Amino acid sequence: MTREYMDNLLNQLKDDVLILESMVREAVLNGVKALMTGDKKLSKQVIRGDQEINDKRFQIENECLITIATQQPMAGDLRTLASVLEIITELERIGDYAKGIAKITKLTRNQEILPPLENLVPMAEISVDMLQKSVKAFVDGDVEAARVIPDRDDQVDDYFNKIYKGLVKYMVEDPDKIKLANHLQWAAHNIERMADRVTNICERTLFIQTGSIYQIEDFKDLDLDDDEVEIHDIN
Amino acid sequence: MSTLTTHKQDVSMVARNLNIYYGDFQAVKDVNLEIKKNKITAIIGPSGCGKSTVLRSFNRMNELVPTARTEGEIIFEGIDIYAPEIDAVEVRSRIGMVFQKPNPFPKSIYENVAWGAKINGFKGDMNELVENSLRRAALWDEVKDKLDQSGLSLSGGQQQRLCIARAIAVKPDLILMDEPASALDPVATLKIEDLMRELSKNYTIIIVTHNMQQAGRASDYTAFFNMNPDRAGYLVEYDETAKLFTNPKEKLTEEYITGRFG
Repeated sequence: MTREYMDNLLNQLKDDVLILESMVREAVLNGVKALMTGDKKLSKQVIRGDQEINDKRFQIENECLITIATQQPMAGDLRTLASVLEIITELERIGDYAKGIAKITKLTRNQEILPPLENLVPMAEISVDMLQKSVKAFVDGDVEAARVIPDRDDQVDDYFNKIYKGLVKYMVEDPDKIKLANHLQWAAHNIERMADRVTNICERTLFIQTGSIYQIEDFKDLDLDDDEVEIHDIN
Repeated sequence: MSTLTTHKQDVSMVARNLNIYYGDFQAVKDVNLEIKKNKITAIIGPSGCGKSTVLRSFNRMNELVPTARTEGEIIFEGIDIYAPEIDAVEVRSRIGMVFQKPNPFPKSIYENVAWGAKINGFKGDMNELVENSLRRAALWDEVKDKLDQSGLSLSGGQQQRLCIARAIAVKPDLILMDEPASALDPVATLKIEDLMRELSKNYTIIIVTHNMQQAGRASDYTAFFNMNPDRAGYLVEYDETAKLFTNPKEKLTEEYITGRFG
């Protein structure tokens, strides 16, 4: 086995992706916590922390480009580097979702969180767990894990639909709550999108390991006659 | 020349069960390969894997080595070039060769290009042939005012393009290139690679290269050769270059192109 230097570069990049993932994971959990508890200090911390996530992403991107330019990667190495560029983009966007949720804490202006949003906590916990496992699968090159992680997106969608239905009920019954419910709706939407991005990360792991681009069927249960699903889809 | 009925239109050359020996030593083992017409095929592999030996067998240059023996078939444009009735000199006029080290004759630029055609009894307009060949080799503008100067007065990159002009002046169908840019600087190398792309519109090109990046940049198909423990070279994998360099089928290819072996 030669090319120890290249292996070290790739391992360093994987470590950096793990660090970025942990930063993003913490941002999402803190963002949700800040919203649920009305903790403005914590929400500010999440908003400010997004810059660090962005900086880390650009640092990794730069390392990838330097490695591509100087090492002429081929085959599996090349697919890994191309995938790292994709994965860090997904992670950075998930960081933006966390920031978005933190901003909603400010927008709700000390109002009580509406009860349907209690589903946001387990929804975020599942999504964050999926995220962590998807990045681990990438680092480990674990095809089997990458295949099954996206299945849990259905649970995330179920929570989303519960939150959505519950908030709509509030909007109908009390028009004064429309603005608040709408803001909270966006928080749930952000977590739902996050789980979709986890699927993209899993697809990259499959690509690295197999050389083929797989699109994991994320709308396999889509029922076009179901209004709720349709609206969820538009969101 | 008799034509084999199995010839495919998009195929220039086929090697079938090719085995090459130098005396008792088997240098190449059981190679089967189809070279696509008007495409650039790169042959890569570690030193001693038989790349150059295979290339030289494609225009019977191996025969110039006294102990060399070739078994199997090499079918070029439907014709077995090793068939007894086939003249090796005619083969070499249809299948040209450009070598690693530019080797112009110690004659004028003009004569270098005109030489092969003259020997073949070319009866047409020699000035036109020389100009066209030099133009195709992307050298005309640099030498048109000094055609009577020695070919050896040119730079290394120019000399190599002169050798390419010399090779195409005899109107070959296939051009074999054995490490044509390994003695050149990066700018001259890229010029040769650009030229190969241009030439592949009219010619089929096979290039042996040690430089994998060059194979990646300059070829449409790549054949990866490796060496057995008994040092006989064999074909590991042959595919479109884009496929072989991004997602090779064989683990050995992956290890070689990522630099983890060889």
